[in-house]
Amino acid sequence: MTPPDAATMRPPDTRRVLDVSVLPRTVFGHQGLIWWGTAGFMVIEGSIFVIALVVYFYLRLQVTDWPPSLPNPGLFYGTLNLATVLLSLLPAYIAKTKAEKFDLAGVRLWLTILVLFGVAAVVIRAFEYFALNCRWDDNAYGSIVWTLLSMHTIHVATDVVDSMVLLTLALTGPNTKTRFVDYSENSLYWYFIVAWWVPIYVTIYLMPRWL
Amino acid sequence: MFDPHGPIARSIATHGWWLLLMSIAVYLVVMVALLIALGRRRREIDDQPETTRRLTRNVSIAVALTVVILVGIAASSVVSGRGIYSPSGAGAVTVDVVGHQWWWDFQYHDVTPSDVFTSPNELHIPVGLPVVIKAMSTDVIHSFWVPNLMGKRDLIPGIVTNTWIQADEPGVYRGQCAEFCGHQHAHMALEVVAEPMNTFQAWIRHQREPAAEPATDEERRGKDVFMQSTCVTCHAIRGTDAGSHLGPELTHVASRLTIAAGTLPNARGHLAGWIANSQSIKPGNRMPPNALTPDDLQAVLAYVRSLR
Amino acid sequence: MSEFVHPVERRMTISAADEERLRTQLERTWYVPRGIIGWCSVADHKTMGKRYIVTAFCFFTFAGILAGLMRLQLAVPNNHFIGPDLYNQIFTVHGTMMMFLFAVPVMEALGVYLVPLMVGTRNIAFPRLNAFSYYVYLFGGVMLVVTMLLNTAPDVGWFSYVPLAGPDYTPGKRADFWAQLITFTEVAALAVSVELVATIFKARAPGMSLNRMPLFVWSMLVTALMVIFAMPSIVTCSSFLLLDRLVGTHFYNPAEGGDSLLWQHLFWFFGHPEVYIIFVPALGIVSSIISAFTWRPIFGYSAMVMSLVATGFIGFGLWVHHMFATGLPALGLEYFTAASIVIAIPTGIQIFCWIASLWRGRPRFHTPLVFVLGFFAIFVLGGLSGVTLASVPFDLQVHDSYYVVAHFHYVLLGGAVFPLIGGIYFWFPKMTGRLMDDRLGKVNFWLLFIGFNITFFPMHILGLEGMPRRVYTYPDNMGWNTLNLVSSLGALLLVVGGALFVYNVVRSYRWGLAGSDNPWGAETLEWSMSSPPPVYNFLHIPVVEGRCALWDRSADAPIVTGIRSDVREVLISDVMDAEPINVAEYPEPSIWPFLCAVVTSGFFIGSIFTPWALPVSILPLAVTLIGWFWPKKRDRERAIEEQDEDRRLHDAA
Repeated sequence: MTPPDAATMRPPDTRRVLDVSVLPRTVFGHQGLIWWGTAGFMVIEGSIFVIALVVYFYLRLQVTDWPPSLPNPGLFYGTLNLATVLLSLLPAYIAKTKAEKFDLAGVRLWLTILVLFGVAAVVIRAFEYFALNCRWDDNAYGSIVWTLLSMHTIHVATDVVDSMVLLTLALTGPNTKTRFVDYSENSLYWYFIVAWWVPIYVTIYLMPRWL
Repeated sequence: MFDPHGPIARSIATHGWWLLLMSIAVYLVVMVALLIALGRRRREIDDQPETTRRLTRNVSIAVALTVVILVGIAASSVVSGRGIYSPSGAGAVTVDVVGHQWWWDFQYHDVTPSDVFTSPNELHIPVGLPVVIKAMSTDVIHSFWVPNLMGKRDLIPGIVTNTWIQADEPGVYRGQCAEFCGHQHAHMALEVVAEPMNTFQAWIRHQREPAAEPATDEERRGKDVFMQSTCVTCHAIRGTDAGSHLGPELTHVASRLTIAAGTLPNARGHLAGWIANSQSIKPGNRMPPNALTPDDLQAVLAYVRSLR
Repeated sequence: MSEFVHPVERRMTISAADEERLRTQLERTWYVPRGIIGWCSVADHKTMGKRYIVTAFCFFTFAGILAGLMRLQLAVPNNHFIGPDLYNQIFTVHGTMMMFLFAVPVMEALGVYLVPLMVGTRNIAFPRLNAFSYYVYLFGGVMLVVTMLLNTAPDVGWFSYVPLAGPDYTPGKRADFWAQLITFTEVAALAVSVELVATIFKARAPGMSLNRMPLFVWSMLVTALMVIFAMPSIVTCSSFLLLDRLVGTHFYNPAEGGDSLLWQHLFWFFGHPEVYIIFVPALGIVSSIISAFTWRPIFGYSAMVMSLVATGFIGFGLWVHHMFATGLPALGLEYFTAASIVIAIPTGIQIFCWIASLWRGRPRFHTPLVFVLGFFAIFVLGGLSGVTLASVPFDLQVHDSYYVVAHFHYVLLGGAVFPLIGGIYFWFPKMTGRLMDDRLGKVNFWLLFIGFNITFFPMHILGLEGMPRRVYTYPDNMGWNTLNLVSSLGALLLVVGGALFVYNVVRSYRWGLAGSDNPWGAETLEWSMSSPPPVYNFLHIPVVEGRCALWDRSADAPIVTGIRSDVREVLISDVMDAEPINVAEYPEPSIWPFLCAVVTSGFFIGSIFTPWALPVSILPLAVTLIGWFWPKKRDRERAIEEQDEDRRLHDAA
């Protein structure tokens, strides 16, 4: 008895082949591999944000006052940051379209503008900490608010540094076509960070007023 | 679990036996099917469409049976669960069960504040009546478990939950902490003493009394040593100046069955060893060694053993 | 969406000389670097997979020795062999190591090694991330071993319940080591999961549509997705614990509005799926072995796949069944009873399908299959005791007793380790080119099987008799003495069995019988190349024609051409049908992931001692990351190639 595998057969003189040399070597979006890596990490980080937000509401249920014996956080800087990052979606979007057209000059310009917006967001973020009106070790409310804000800050800061590195690469080269995929994915990741600021902003700044 | 002496434990045991028998039956059926599948006499791989059809049918039947059995288990567990969540009658007594690293405090409620008392490591309950338990902890999470009488209830700091316990026959039932709570989790046991109502009430009356005054010279000297040494930083004896509740209260310590949370029988020799150096018996517990002279130790022993 | 460019099907002559040239060039292109720096730069999934597997088995041995010490201590009542301080460290490290440093990593390691071979590609996606994750895992594990040897290991249980693990009740650094070990292993496991998902979704050989994917690959896909959704929960909860301990936050402090049950919810939201993360890959191993040793595809492929996916989903709805004794509302508990019972259905379906497969085929009783049969005998029992645990009233009695210890050893050792060892016997010839000794393998099986049952079966009874878990000793008069002694004697057999396995591995590695490419006549693609596989895996990427890639291969099966062999090109296909859609270029080996892992580990360990570890390590971390992504020689070449290509196209136009 032999396995049902025809391992012993001889290859014929000519072989059927699937010639893939015509396939593109550089693709944008979910057809490419890089997108799946970015998406995977966005799912992981998104899950962490979701869990942290759930913890916020779980802790809310443990006490009667919210925020417990502390003033509400000041609205100004958080809202200013919301406006900043929402506005930054525009340069991010344009940088992405330029990247997908392999327009190096466009990428350089709009990536620079995106970096400036990012730096502004980080600077405003520093003021936000002072406007929280609590410390991380005051109570559990302070802990979760500081943690939420810091988790988001780490993402913003990381992507700003990332954008700076990419900008340097865009200026110095070599700019292979796959590098343009990086420029494009960078904007995608920035969308992700901006998108998460909306629920986190609502939770940190508005929930104490509503709950 | 196999030896239930109360309504909760009995209900769980009945349900548990049913579950175990069901599991054994299912296990045997699956193993027999596997053995037949392996030992089947055949020369070649059996690819007849007829066989595939039969296998599909049999697998479907097996899955359907599984579902039926599982629904049965779920139903049975809900029914017997409902039976044990709340007692059939009103609670005869309410006791706060407080977990400490590594001992238990049972605080008996009463409308008169002066009649509230605590009984470390020994829970007395009247036979045949439900006793309401308020489960709480002052440090880490512990779990109250008396296998012959009831399942577990966690004692969680910051949260108070209610459960109940009942014994149908008089007796002493051992319980033990079931949630890992640090160093001496292994030596955090307790006794539940179930006794007839009149004995129980006599016990209550006695526990409400302040501590007995020392009767002999040695006991008096022992009391002095006790009051002047580090003992008073943790232990309370009602009716004396010792009033700290960090450790178990000793007002009626001599009346208890065991010492060190069910670790040792309450005998003079064990007690001497415990007072002199409890760390050699229950390493890591919160009581420091006491460097007493032999005379002082004997005196303290005499005093403590007079606290009936 | 841009329209697809379709690959061209045609016939061509490929001479033996062509193949030889191709082979030489592929070997040069996909080289595995040598030397010390080379050793730290490897990006090949097979090398990294083997390192992962060997490392995981080292931790398994260490944790197993700890288990032996525990059985020595518990052999007789009131034993003074090990005190409570050491015992609590031992059981904590045993559990932590088995779960986080052995069970999850070894399964993912098998995936790292096998998945690219099974789906027909040249390497795992994001190979340098893969190398990074291995070193992070290695350093984290070594940290735990060192703390154990220095007698400063965590001692609060592998579950680290607060407030016991909090700053007030466990001062010192022990619990911090535990929490930071979690960070290490989670980073590694999450990275590997992303790589596996990307490889499985995007790098399958043409023709391997989702409904033709081997069951092992399906099980790794489900596992990786479960890791991605479950581990963020423990990342969060262990980070909160560290913050509570290091900078004074109050997440778990009820006095300041925190909550100690929050920990349990977060921990078990990860902790229950964790069990399935370990168990689901084992299901894939079982399927691979059964089909190979019956020479028939597994009965009920679609039912098997749906069961795996269902297990993945339901696994997230059960976490509260670890918390039945906390006093949560009864209605909630009943929901979780129902959910816990429901998960038995997909498991049942798989068991029945395997029995049907064995029924239909003609089983050949080699060691791998024998281990799978042992898996049936043990796992079915463990699964049934699991169903009993799902019942709230019963659980209230046996929760945190030795009954639970028995149950999860039946499920984890029987359900995962037996198939795993069977899997090692099964794939060893592929990994090394040599067969493991079959007769020794069967002796090995019986030692482990009998030893296992003698060790763990009595624990069911001990638990029902009221013996709680995690006690370093027990009193003399409880009636637990005999069974504990029996259990300890059984552990001796387990140790002998384990040692025999190691002996067989070492002996067979040096002197084992040389195996052919496909010694078992198995169906999946990894058996199509030489043993051990060449660095580039496939000389020609195959086109898959059926569910059993090798058995369904026609005499004139097509192969893929047009992938460059002078650079590391791989074929990328679409998610559903595995249609080739583009070609990606994988990076060269690099030292940077290793350096980055060193800095990351330094940061993790440093942050146990001071929050200043963050500012101090930011700069080196940034340097290593930028070094990692900075353009290499190949990027410059590629830019020139692209310009030439564009110019040529332009001229042609």
